[in-house]
Amino acid sequence: MKPLKHLTLILAASAFAALLIAAMFALPPPTVNLAASVAADMDRSGTAHPVTAVLLNFRGYDTLLEIGVLLLALLVVLAVSPREQHAGSAAAEPVLQMLARIAVPLMLLAAGYLLWAGAYRPGGAFQAGAVLGAAAVLLFLAGLLPGWNAPTLRLRWGLAGGFLVFLAVAAALLGQGALLRYPPEAAGALILLIEAALTVSLGLILAGLFLFLS
Amino acid sequence: MTTGLIFACAGAILFTMGVAGVMLLDHLLRRILAFNLMGSGVFLVLVGLAQRAGNPDPVPQAMVITGIVVAVAATALALALARRLFTLSGGYTLPETPDD
Repeated sequence: MKPLKHLTLILAASAFAALLIAAMFALPPPTVNLAASVAADMDRSGTAHPVTAVLLNFRGYDTLLEIGVLLLALLVVLAVSPREQHAGSAAAEPVLQMLARIAVPLMLLAAGYLLWAGAYRPGGAFQAGAVLGAAAVLLFLAGLLPGWNAPTLRLRWGLAGGFLVFLAVAAALLGQGALLRYPPEAAGALILLIEAALTVSLGLILAGLFLFLS
Repeated sequence: MTTGLIFACAGAILFTMGVAGVMLLDHLLRRILAFNLMGSGVFLVLVGLAQRAGNPDPVPQAMVITGIVVAVAATALALALARRLFTLSGGYTLPETPDD
């Protein structure tokens, strides 16, 4: 009966895809123009790139919850992964190690650039954090960084730091009348502070999701 | 037919492939990959539909980058759970339900 079931499911999925595509062709043009309202408020946002402005100013709430979700996921990974066994990375090839030693400083530089570039072009905390996390994973795969067993106190502060800084800024600005409404003259500095903290924490969390599991 | 609409159609196809994969595949790792495929399809639809008139919209793009990071975290969580299942049961498939 298995092939028949598969065939039915595949046919149903194809029909579903056709339906979705037909629905998208029939969709009327949007009635609200979000891009225009973002562009209208850009000079009060503290950055010059619309995506960064949406992420950290207009919809900062989402980003705050997002880093919270990441931290939660890491906590659950720590809770379910067994503690005892800890194998260091097996591969210790000299070529890989030398390449990692060359690449990682450049990756740190790229992460710093991406963080800074987020103010006026595509970039920002998430991209920079992803590069940092990838650098840590590369070091681990090359055998230059041991896998993480249990987070030390310093590592815990690093993991939670981005979320805590973001929360502190949000709490300090509650007097503005709404969550995460920055005063326009301080918005740029506050966004840079949050992004820098987020970059470090995101890099550590993304690396931790790999290194605690390894 | 603008490029945005092509992206959205590709996203719809990816999403459906992911749905079929989640339902058809038994190995948990493949299921997690299929689930990621569903997510990527949704992201493509979000970004593609928003710019089907031609000019990109920063709001869905910001939502999608948030979604990508959350999807990475969810994938890692799913992998951790799958590994836990492997250490407990020795396999990467869920137990069959009796009525199946």
